[in-house]
Amino acid sequence: MSDTLNGQSRLAHHFVDLQQQKSAATLGMWLFLATEVLFFGGLFVAYTLYKLKYYEAFVAGSHELSITLGCVNTAILITSSLTMALGVYGAQTGRKAFACNSLLATLALAGAFLVVKYFEWSAKFEHHLVPGPDFQFDVTHAAAVVANPELLRIEHVKMFFILYYIMTGLHGIHVVAGIGVIAWLYTQARKGVYSAEYYTPVELVGLYWHFVDIVWIFLFPLLYLLGRH
Amino acid sequence: MTTDSAEPKYPEHTYLNDGYSLKSWLLTKDHKRIGILYLISITFFFALGGLFALLIRLELLTPQGDLMQSDTYNKMFTMHGIVMIFFFLVPSIPAVFGNFLVPIMIGARDLAFPRLNLASWYMYMAGAVFALYAIVSGGVDTGWTFYTPYSTAHADSHVISTAVGILIMGFSSIFTGLNFIVTIHRMRAPGMTWFRLPLFIWAHYATSLIMILGTPVLGITIALVGVERALGLGIFDPANGGDPLLFQHLFWFYSHPAVYIMILPAMGVISEVITCFARKVIFGYGFIATSSMLIAILGFFVWGHHMYVSSQSEYAGLIFSALSFLVAIPSAIKVFNWTATLYKGSITFEAPMLYVFGFIGVFTIGGLTGLFLAALGMDRHVHDTYFVVAHFHYIMVGGALMAYLAAMHFWWPKMTGKRYPEGLAMVGAIAVFVGFNMTFFPQFILGYLGMPRHYHEYVPEFQFLHIMSTAGASVLGVGYLIPGVCFLWSLIHGRNAGPNPWEAKGLEWTIPSPPPTHNFEEIPVVTEEPYQYTSEASSVRHS
Repeated sequence: MSDTLNGQSRLAHHFVDLQQQKSAATLGMWLFLATEVLFFGGLFVAYTLYKLKYYEAFVAGSHELSITLGCVNTAILITSSLTMALGVYGAQTGRKAFACNSLLATLALAGAFLVVKYFEWSAKFEHHLVPGPDFQFDVTHAAAVVANPELLRIEHVKMFFILYYIMTGLHGIHVVAGIGVIAWLYTQARKGVYSAEYYTPVELVGLYWHFVDIVWIFLFPLLYLLGRH
Repeated sequence: MTTDSAEPKYPEHTYLNDGYSLKSWLLTKDHKRIGILYLISITFFFALGGLFALLIRLELLTPQGDLMQSDTYNKMFTMHGIVMIFFFLVPSIPAVFGNFLVPIMIGARDLAFPRLNLASWYMYMAGAVFALYAIVSGGVDTGWTFYTPYSTAHADSHVISTAVGILIMGFSSIFTGLNFIVTIHRMRAPGMTWFRLPLFIWAHYATSLIMILGTPVLGITIALVGVERALGLGIFDPANGGDPLLFQHLFWFYSHPAVYIMILPAMGVISEVITCFARKVIFGYGFIATSSMLIAILGFFVWGHHMYVSSQSEYAGLIFSALSFLVAIPSAIKVFNWTATLYKGSITFEAPMLYVFGFIGVFTIGGLTGLFLAALGMDRHVHDTYFVVAHFHYIMVGGALMAYLAAMHFWWPKMTGKRYPEGLAMVGAIAVFVGFNMTFFPQFILGYLGMPRHYHEYVPEFQFLHIMSTAGASVLGVGYLIPGVCFLWSLIHGRNAGPNPWEAKGLEWTIPSPPPTHNFEEIPVVTEEPYQYTSEASSVRHS
């Protein structure tokens, strides 16, 4: 009963009914995700161009990344998409505790992703694989992993790492933003705000979180896997 | 001006008197008030950009560089371009009139996301603060295009703060576009089918598509410039094998469609005004509506025509050239349909209509010279000359800005409930038209003769044409002051407008002027096609 009342009060003055309000919000989120695709798109274009131009260097750079950590993070993020979907399901079916726990699990997994990322990045820093004056890369070491080592240029490996940091960094910022909104969802869900009639925010944040996951699904093979034997 | 002595009553409850506190304005979620906030802000930036234009024209009076150093001159045209494009033209019609009119025209009480709408104004202002900081602390000299590697490695001016300003401003543009698309999809009144939408709405729908699909690419590109400059992560830096041409591709992927962000809403305004003052149903509604969409779509595939003389391959050049020619088709469709709308209409010549006539003529010249530039051979001759400068000012100033002024005059009575003095406004419209053509037509000739852009010194042979251009700019400047005077005068002395001073069609004219906060007491039900004008001339308007 109180849910319905809550639902009614959530109708903003300029909408006819909750259904119109929800369909507007959903379309808005999809459009926002479209802008995000274009936002990352510029970087993917840059990556594709330079990968084609400097294939050897990009393969060599790729070999410096830890496949193990990359795989772990991929598994973590995919699982977090599952827990997010369960959170939406919980909110939708009015199971408050289940929804809250799922959101908490999503938060924990997102945090774990960042922790793994932190160890990955700090390992790179230790090995001077950071673009800048200190950048060091052992070309002879890479000679074993690429087909035409004579084509390899250290500055092009540097370009690989520039793209690596910018792309994973931008993705990381999206993860942090996701943690922020999911934490907000969690506090709302604990107050019992969501119900079968009203769970739009959970659903929309869920869409966003799946998008963050999908970006990683593209980043992982591009940066870690392509060209490795 | 009208003979009927019964002045319409000013409505009791309007969005303007619904709270007078600063807070009621700065925290408003009313799309109409946000439109007014934008109006005030962009007027400021228009004046600022105009000031830079004035200094440029003064410098160019003489062949010597006597008013300023070349470095200073570089900053002048850069800041003129940045202010006018990002802080005036891109937001102008959508953020002011789109905000004000889109919900009303489709029979809604507000945009779908009022808070996002307010946020868009704050993003705009935040971006403006960064840009202003860059301007007052010494300026920026990269040109509005930020070409690398100059902008990333060599420019010794405030590139980063300007880039941050444009990045933030870009989000305001994305928010606006997203809001419009959702609103047009989800909030139409009963009976307001897609093909009953006013053409202004179609134009804004097309514009919004470009805003949400193009602006993010500008965002990431300009962010990469900032990152390269600040952190040395040089994605465009040739020292790392980076490709400056990649920057140009990414930049123009947004910035060519951005031209259509500026002109499409203007075309929407023209369609509304011309049918009203010709008292005729618009000719070719479907063609005008779909041509807006075509322009938006094709506009995404022509960016390479800015790069003919870069190292872009000549096959790419050929394809971009052919695609650029294609854009002329939907543009011409619009011009032909507007002209056909005039045919056998009962035309009257109030100020908004004068601006419309100015627009059609000037836009046609601007569009046709665009074809010169789309041709590979011709472009090689006039690339980076005043021919290009004249061409895009014909579209941006003669086109977009004249339509903006037409919109100001046409909807001013709706926004404020007051009439402006028609006679003086007509003088203003004529001054703008004459001043504009005097300023920019000589620049076509200058460019064709070989005067390059971006130079503050030139050979003495060009001086006559430059003097003409500067003289024209003075007339144009006065022309812009006149509407300002008219509007301010009308706020104090203007007669009450009444709900429909132009006897125009469209939902915005069915509600009081100024409208009440929630627009409609009851959501209207739309039962007829748009623009059902009858050709009988109105008695009120001709008295």
